[in-house]
Amino acid sequence: MEIVLTINGEEKRVDARPSETLLDLLRRLGYQSVKFGCGEGACGSCTVIMDGRPVNSCLVLAVTADRRKILTVDGLGTRQAPHPLQTAFVEAGAVQCGFCTPGMILSSWALLEKTPNPSEEEIRLALDGNLCRCTGYVQIIEAVKLAAGRMRRKKKPAGKKKKPAPGKKKTPAGKKGKKS
Amino acid sequence: MSAAKQKFHQVNTGVDKVDALGLALGQGRFTDDYSFPGMLHGKLLRSPHAHARIKSIKTKAAAALPGVAVVFTHRDVPRIAITTAGQGFPEPSPYDEFILDNKVRFVGDKVALVAAETAEIAEEALKLIEVEYEVLPAVFDPRKSMRSSSPVIHDEKDCEIVIPVPYEPEKNRVARVDAVVGDVKRGVAEAEMTVEDEFENQTASHSAMEPHCAISRLDENGRLEIISTTQVPFHCRRIVCRALNLAPRQVRVIKPRLGGGFGGKQEVLLEPYVSLITLKTGRPAKMRLTRREVFVSARVRHNMITKVQVAAKKDGELTAIDLYALSNTGPYGTHGLTVASNVGTRTLTMFRCPNLRFSSDVVYTNLSVSGAYRGYGGTQGILATAIAMDDLAERLGMDPMDFYLKNVISGGTEVPILKELGEGPVLGQPHIGSCELAACIRAGAEAIGWKENRGRPGGGRFRRGMGMAVMMQGSSIPYIDMASAFIKMNEDGSFNLLMGATEIGQGSDTVLSQIAAEVLTVPTESIIPFSSDTDLTPFDVGAYASSTTYLSGMAVKETAEKVKEQILEVGAKMLGVKKEQVTLEGGRVRGPKKKSVTLAEIGSRALYQEEQFQIAATASRISHESPPPFAAHFAEVEVDRATGKVRVLRYVQAVDCGTPINPVLARGQAIGALINGLSYALTERYIYSKKGVMLNPNYGYYKIYSSRDIPEITTIFVPSYEETGPFGAKSVGEICISGPLPAISNAIYDAVDVRLHRTPFTPDKVLEAIQLRERG
Repeated sequence: MEIVLTINGEEKRVDARPSETLLDLLRRLGYQSVKFGCGEGACGSCTVIMDGRPVNSCLVLAVTADRRKILTVDGLGTRQAPHPLQTAFVEAGAVQCGFCTPGMILSSWALLEKTPNPSEEEIRLALDGNLCRCTGYVQIIEAVKLAAGRMRRKKKPAGKKKKPAPGKKKTPAGKKGKKS
Repeated sequence: MSAAKQKFHQVNTGVDKVDALGLALGQGRFTDDYSFPGMLHGKLLRSPHAHARIKSIKTKAAAALPGVAVVFTHRDVPRIAITTAGQGFPEPSPYDEFILDNKVRFVGDKVALVAAETAEIAEEALKLIEVEYEVLPAVFDPRKSMRSSSPVIHDEKDCEIVIPVPYEPEKNRVARVDAVVGDVKRGVAEAEMTVEDEFENQTASHSAMEPHCAISRLDENGRLEIISTTQVPFHCRRIVCRALNLAPRQVRVIKPRLGGGFGGKQEVLLEPYVSLITLKTGRPAKMRLTRREVFVSARVRHNMITKVQVAAKKDGELTAIDLYALSNTGPYGTHGLTVASNVGTRTLTMFRCPNLRFSSDVVYTNLSVSGAYRGYGGTQGILATAIAMDDLAERLGMDPMDFYLKNVISGGTEVPILKELGEGPVLGQPHIGSCELAACIRAGAEAIGWKENRGRPGGGRFRRGMGMAVMMQGSSIPYIDMASAFIKMNEDGSFNLLMGATEIGQGSDTVLSQIAAEVLTVPTESIIPFSSDTDLTPFDVGAYASSTTYLSGMAVKETAEKVKEQILEVGAKMLGVKKEQVTLEGGRVRGPKKKSVTLAEIGSRALYQEEQFQIAATASRISHESPPPFAAHFAEVEVDRATGKVRVLRYVQAVDCGTPINPVLARGQAIGALINGLSYALTERYIYSKKGVMLNPNYGYYKIYSSRDIPEITTIFVPSYEETGPFGAKSVGEICISGPLPAISNAIYDAVDVRLHRTPFTPDKVLEAIQLRERG
């Protein structure tokens, strides 16, 4: 059956099979950042944002995405202009194999949309449905905090933007210290 | 030389992981992201029985289903005994498996293969295959495997092991290990105090987020090309060749981006099947395991029953350690011998103790197939020894920390037991190079406040406790593992680094690039890493045995050093001086009188201008030893006496991994392994029916840790430098998975006075132990 949906801001008219999941549809259309991890809504590798909310696309029938807005991690940033979450994940060491990363970043994005200054507990709760076997989550949580801080600073009115005292030039943001 | 004394510019710094941005942007291409026109999809029919002979298979209806391209049964494939374990050659695992057989040996074993236009059609076709089984008695308890009354799991005549070790399939025995140093009986007789105990650890799933997947196709010259989620591309090529009677020249294995491995992808589980389909039909073929199949039919950690006796004098000096492991390898002996021998290696090596014995029986059962799993025997061995030593220290009235400080080895110690237990030949007297285990113990104890907080459980329903454990791993398999690399220089002063070392998420592309960059005095961005394609990269055994940073690192370092010599030669010519008069510093060849040329100028001259040649080199390395990383783990737990629930409050790990080449990634390895270990210690388990069916093959009922479950974690790297390693590095990938089992068990003891012997420490077990104790 034909459905119309907006993927990363682009309207698409596609034929979805009745039993097809949104995960399969998206992958078929070339959005391969959406990953198959378990196929039963438990691991979060297939997370996408549907009308502003994170969903497990393996549990969503494609036809029900008719007239919905879908965001995948491809729509969040580019190599030239990555989203602050994407750079923070890189810098904090939150990416190991990278298989869970698109889903993790999207769940984090959904959290920060609602809660720009989340507590650690709120971050942990928001990411509870996204499993990662590589990192042990610590560096992922650190990345979300890092990105949240930067995004808040960016949003502040223009007058307040320059924090460091003039003359005391800061090195490009995100240069890590040695602390482990 | 210590790391502090040596000035590094690229190693020992937390440069960004080279592939991380692409992955964060969603641009990583994993195996399942590849597809080819006309590609078929394969599915395996799985056995519903734990042990049965196939009397007949009818495939006519399945083959006739529209969209089905081909159906295979054991009658349609070569009968060649193989092992799926991707290890060195000749393999230390028996050839006891056939790609399809007339017998099934566990629930989930393969019965038949279907290839169809879509995965759905292939699934439909599986339902149309009629199989008549003669159900055989099965054995599920490893304690009963070797009894004469137990069914023989491998009664076929064509299974064998090709290395000279005992293999007795008629007794269900895969391997036997015996290693002795000194005289354990005498050691026990000399002791004031002896503790004897028995432990059992559960099987567990690696649970890499990316399920196993493989694709095959014929290239334009008719060669078989396989893209696979493999940790071991070269072993994969060799095993596929053996299974299908092909020559390595006919096969190319490509490892794309990998979604984690942890040992689970050191097995060749799908590659022979997609290849069968492609060779038969000429069409590309893909297979991807479902999560259920990963749980049921892929590999698990070896379940073991470990018996240990530890003995010490009054002052705590160890006089004997006697360790025995009964290892349940499931119906196929993958990694059976080597995981078992590592139970001994990873425990007995750590202690100054004159009398040591390790023995093991590795037996077949009709449960899940065991294989390599991060920790690789160390996890099982440390569970037993670290709890028994905690008990021994307690009985001697000693703080376990002091007990360990008295008994653990230091750098330069000779370890004769390694001669008996090594996977390969050991030449000369084996010894330990760098070892900062005592420093790890002190640093960890201080960070968690061990002396102040231990032994203070408090009163009431919730009790607190602290426990500790020490552990070690290796860094590569000496004299067996080989790694090699190839570097070529471009005209802009950048370098292509081609290597067989297998990036699976752990960060080897980054770490190895840093090592090359350090030698070539360029930023890591000037190195362009490419890993693991059997046509394009030189050989490497792959990502296992904690070998990559250490062994592949040495190969890369040596390759870069060779390239550096060529650069110096060209640079000297350009400056009109002798090679001895120039140095490579900061990306320039510098000569006398402050004259210098850039790497770009050198690269450009070499390729285009004068006496042109490709600046390039290759080097291979084997290791002569396997320097262990060491760690001390400290856990603080809270036990709910009413429910038996254990909550880990704080966890401190102090690690000696030599120089961390990339401290951010090393920390990621340490924490990642730790959380996997915590999850294993407290929640993960296989629940089987009486007929050997795994009842919980999904994340709903097989709980792995999520972000909500993790405690407060402190990771400390103690200063250390391994002389034999690249820039002082040892391994760090596996070691930290082994601490949580004993550290938590010991902490539970500190809190509620009960010792837990069987893992995982789920509320039911803890509560039962508390109630038993209360009843006296």
